[in-house]
Amino acid sequence: MTDPRRAVERRIAAAFGVSTLAAVLAGAGYVLGDEMLLGLGFALGFAGLAVGLAAWSRRLLPQGPYVEEREPLISPPLTRQALESELGRDGRPFARTALPRRMLVLAVSALGIVALFPIRSLLFRVPSPRRALAETAWRAGTRAVGVDGRPVRAADVVPGGMLTVFPEGRLDAADSAAVLVRVDPARLALPPDRMRWTVDGIVAYSKVCTHAGCPIGLYLQTAQRLACPCHQSVFDVLRGALPVGGPAARPLPQLPLGVDAEGVLVARGDFPEPTGPGYWRRA
Amino acid sequence: MIIRWLGRGAARWFDGRLRLASTVRTAVAKVFPDHWSFMLGEIALYSFVTLVLTGTFLTLFFVPATGDVAYDGSYAPLRGSTMSAAYASTVELSFDVRGGLLFRQVHHWSALVFLAAIVVHLSRVFFTGAFRKPREINWLVGVTLFATSIANGFAGYSLPDDLLSATGLRIAYSTLLSLPLVGPWAAFLLFGGEFPGESIVPRLYVAHVLLLPGLIAALVGVHMAVLVRQKHTHFPGPGRTDRTVVGSKLWPAYAFRSLALLCAVLAVAFGLGALVQINPIWSYGPFQPAAATSPAQPDWFLGWVEGALRLFPPVEFRVFGHLVPAPFLPGVVMPGLTFLVLYAWPWIDRAVTGDRGRHQVLDRPRHRPARVAVGVWALSFYGLLLLSAADDLVAMWLRVPVLDLVRIMRVVVIVVPLLLAAVGFAVARALRGRPEDTVGTLRWADLTSPREARDERR
Ligand code: FES
Repeated sequence: MTDPRRAVERRIAAAFGVSTLAAVLAGAGYVLGDEMLLGLGFALGFAGLAVGLAAWSRRLLPQGPYVEEREPLISPPLTRQALESELGRDGRPFARTALPRRMLVLAVSALGIVALFPIRSLLFRVPSPRRALAETAWRAGTRAVGVDGRPVRAADVVPGGMLTVFPEGRLDAADSAAVLVRVDPARLALPPDRMRWTVDGIVAYSKVCTHAGCPIGLYLQTAQRLACPCHQSVFDVLRGALPVGGPAARPLPQLPLGVDAEGVLVARGDFPEPTGPGYWRRA
Repeated sequence: MIIRWLGRGAARWFDGRLRLASTVRTAVAKVFPDHWSFMLGEIALYSFVTLVLTGTFLTLFFVPATGDVAYDGSYAPLRGSTMSAAYASTVELSFDVRGGLLFRQVHHWSALVFLAAIVVHLSRVFFTGAFRKPREINWLVGVTLFATSIANGFAGYSLPDDLLSATGLRIAYSTLLSLPLVGPWAAFLLFGGEFPGESIVPRLYVAHVLLLPGLIAALVGVHMAVLVRQKHTHFPGPGRTDRTVVGSKLWPAYAFRSLALLCAVLAVAFGLGALVQINPIWSYGPFQPAAATSPAQPDWFLGWVEGALRLFPPVEFRVFGHLVPAPFLPGVVMPGLTFLVLYAWPWIDRAVTGDRGRHQVLDRPRHRPARVAVGVWALSFYGLLLLSAADDLVAMWLRVPVLDLVRIMRVVVIVVPLLLAAVGFAVARALRGRPEDTVGTLRWADLTSPREARDERR
């Protein structure tokens, strides 16, 4: 008959033995550059320690239950009173000192307010929000270029496809990204003045979703709708990119499109309204 | 032998200078109640330890800058392409730094476990009424820890400047922008200009490795100091009163058990990190101004906000002629209200129950059916929002159009939590006053007829 305590001790020792072996495995994993072996070695090593320590705690150590007294979490009234009178006796430095007290408050508030000024430094080298949000990098005559930087001609926009364009030289301008889609001009239902903003049935809309600013990712050709990958807003290409599903509430702004002398697609001006997610503005 | 001799020497040395013997004696004799649910907070604590250890390793290699570099590391598909230093260094960390990928994955997994442990711990405290007087302070500290940890998790996974996390940053930017009056300035000050700007990665980095973890560490310190001062609550049982704590002593049984838990948390983190790939940023590709990954889901702890953004109807309105954009209600007001109610809960509970007493003995959940109902409502409501954050994937699996699914989910998130809350209420009410029964031993009749009537029938 084996002593039960000895058996428990052996099992705990075995768990720590496993940890030791696992450490060797982890070491081998590191030397061989095998990330999985390294990780498994650590995992097994810690698991061995956990099992051993838990068994040690449960099987070899006194379990109790022990009882500890709880003192009430409130001071006896006398102690409270003693503190109050201690603070009150000569501890009221602000009494009868109105002038210095008021000036102290004034000085600290003034310094506190000025200390907030440097927060404004977080915005440097760029225009203030109102201007930056209201306009994009498109100007009358700016050429449209693809993501590779090459100018885009009307023939590059195939029916059924969606082409992402940027203003020439500003491939980094996220708010200026636009999509070109070619549709049957006869089916386009745009306000009359905006029909002139298309070229041979090519319409340009902002690529930045009016919901939360994700780039429109998909053109559903059969339905002639643009879809945003983030929260599945859907915009109707034929009806001025009106939102027809999902959480977006405003249409994608339309970019006035034209052609320059060399046949390259150009903007005839900036978007008529701010692109992308909405913000606190007169509208 | 030698260790014991050294230990005693060191103890004498310190005691001769700080007079610690009696303090330490009280400390090691501190009694901890024995119930598995008291270990949940510890899992969060040890996940935080894992995060600090692995995170420190990662900081030694990560470059928090958005300036362009040409990648020339060992991951062939990206070699030669231009990307931000942040992204390049993360790819390098994953492929060229030995142990880098493992520690990255362990770090990310630990963050998910950390927040999960916080939520489960918070639920335990909620359902058992552990937030009641005198523990309101620790409830407030705990809710703040929760919020700070969500923020830090978001800051962390946004750092690599990959295409997936950039999508999350766009949405965060737009949500900030949606604030009435101050939105444009708030977003511009944080991002240093219009999205994407060049400043957000270094700023998030400072927040992620210094400000937020510092705040978390400080709050954890306060949380535990208050805990030690107030001592644990305990479940009702023989000898367990408002004047006692019943359980094991810190030394030795509890200390061994807690160390075992630390090792178990590490084992799970390393096991997940070794075996289950997480956030493979090299396959998402670097940030591009006009592209987004699809499908794109945030880490789970922000899924509830993402789900709300997806489900909320397209509502924009005007205040004083100014636009209040769509993300404002689901992205700002809903989370804001959520945390407001969380913070206020001890006082709401007190107002509803009229219970202003001090408590050291916990409620069993069944003692408060209304609280159970609120808890079940909250867990199912936020759980369903989380599910809705993956509506595109769910729609693909179910083969239904995603817009139809959105319409269905809009109803489901309102109706189902209310139904489940009613069920929770009925179950808790039926179990109240029957300490031996569990959900499994309950019969249908117990649910429908009130307890008093049934007792008479017996
Ligand atoms: S960003 Fe396009 S739907 Fe939300």
